[in-house]
Amino acid sequence: MTDSAVAFLSHLGITALSPGMVFMWAVSFGLIYLAIARRFEPLLLLPIGFGILVANLPLTGLMEPGEGLIWRFYHYGIQWEVIPPVIFLGLGALTDFGPMLARPSLIFLGAGAQVGVYVTFFAARALGFTLPEAATVGIIGGADGPTTIYLATRLAPHLLGSCAVAAYSYMALVPIIQPPVMRLLTTEAERRITMKKSRKVPKREKILFPIVATLVTILIVPASAPLMAMFMLGNLFRESGVVERLAGAAQNELMNIVTIFLGLSVGATMKAETFLQAKVIFIFVLGLVAFAVSTASGVLFAKCMNLFLKDKINPLLGAAGVSAVPMAARVVHQVGSEANRKNYLLMYAMGPNIAGVIGTILAAGIFLSLLQ
Amino acid sequence: MAEELLAPMVGKILKIKVKPGDAVREDDEIMVMESMKLETGIHAPCDGVVKEIKVAEGDRVEEDDLLAIIE
Repeated sequence: MTDSAVAFLSHLGITALSPGMVFMWAVSFGLIYLAIARRFEPLLLLPIGFGILVANLPLTGLMEPGEGLIWRFYHYGIQWEVIPPVIFLGLGALTDFGPMLARPSLIFLGAGAQVGVYVTFFAARALGFTLPEAATVGIIGGADGPTTIYLATRLAPHLLGSCAVAAYSYMALVPIIQPPVMRLLTTEAERRITMKKSRKVPKREKILFPIVATLVTILIVPASAPLMAMFMLGNLFRESGVVERLAGAAQNELMNIVTIFLGLSVGATMKAETFLQAKVIFIFVLGLVAFAVSTASGVLFAKCMNLFLKDKINPLLGAAGVSAVPMAARVVHQVGSEANRKNYLLMYAMGPNIAGVIGTILAAGIFLSLLQ
Repeated sequence: MAEELLAPMVGKILKIKVKPGDAVREDDEIMVMESMKLETGIHAPCDGVVKEIKVAEGDRVEEDDLLAIIE
């Protein structure tokens, strides 16, 4: 009788609870609160927050390798590297490369804003992270969720959860992180600069772009192929105009479905024993540094370009080179219109913004080919 | 002299804050438009009187579409 009572009690979840788990609940509730009440990236942070909660309930076996339900989502979706490329298919179908093609010189701003990725990489290395870990932390500065998840899976799976949460939280915080850096590095007069009208991009060019971009980028950085190929395929669906159903499925149903599995399983990787380490604090600090440095380098890069350009560009556009689409472009627009009400930078900012996505994929590809 | 107010970018007209005959000053907000989920004010190009409004709330506009004439 007492034996079976003891056996029953030992199967009660509550007896196996640890303080670390309860702490993780607080993290989970925090994210769920931010997602619901403050609308911080709710599509990702809500399932991630819930994933953290259930992964930190004792004796559930949800993340038990080979058996657990969420482990299977994680294994077949993320470890098999299926979901991030599928997300990129949808992003490709959602992306209009028009603003970038209208003014190809702005592509360089998308490259200029990747500096934060590399600066943070070296900073993380200096702080004692291993090379693969440092690359994963650095890529947070690219401000691209699926790329961060993809790179973390390949290089440092134990950091996946914290890097993903850092990336998505900072993307939500773009409107707070970026403007002070942008104002610090530009003068009022520079922010007032209005842009010369862009040319209209013919349809044929938009159709050819994903094909040419696939050839060029993958021939240079083959390791970028999984993300790049899917991104460009999605865009070809969109621009070809003949497969509206596929373009629609890629950007709506398919992307929504995999987002559920992505968020839940990324959250579930954040168990108390792996998350509660000093390293995680560094990840959040370095991630923030990466964001700020990327913003700064983009703006400074734009100012350098102005030394050579006859028609000056507004240096704020450089800040849109971080690939948080379209948040960074919106921030550029808002800071620009504060200085000059008739300054409409949004569409110009979309150019470097989208170029930034490509830049971050390439940066991830370069890390992969050097570190694997 | 009449000045044409053109759409600064593609998007949707959310709100029109003036009607024909209203006097406006340069930089007054005349309309609010939305583009990529971002709301932006559209401001008067000069002092004058609104002569004509060419769009209605909820209309989708392309870049450079005529929105209003002010003289």
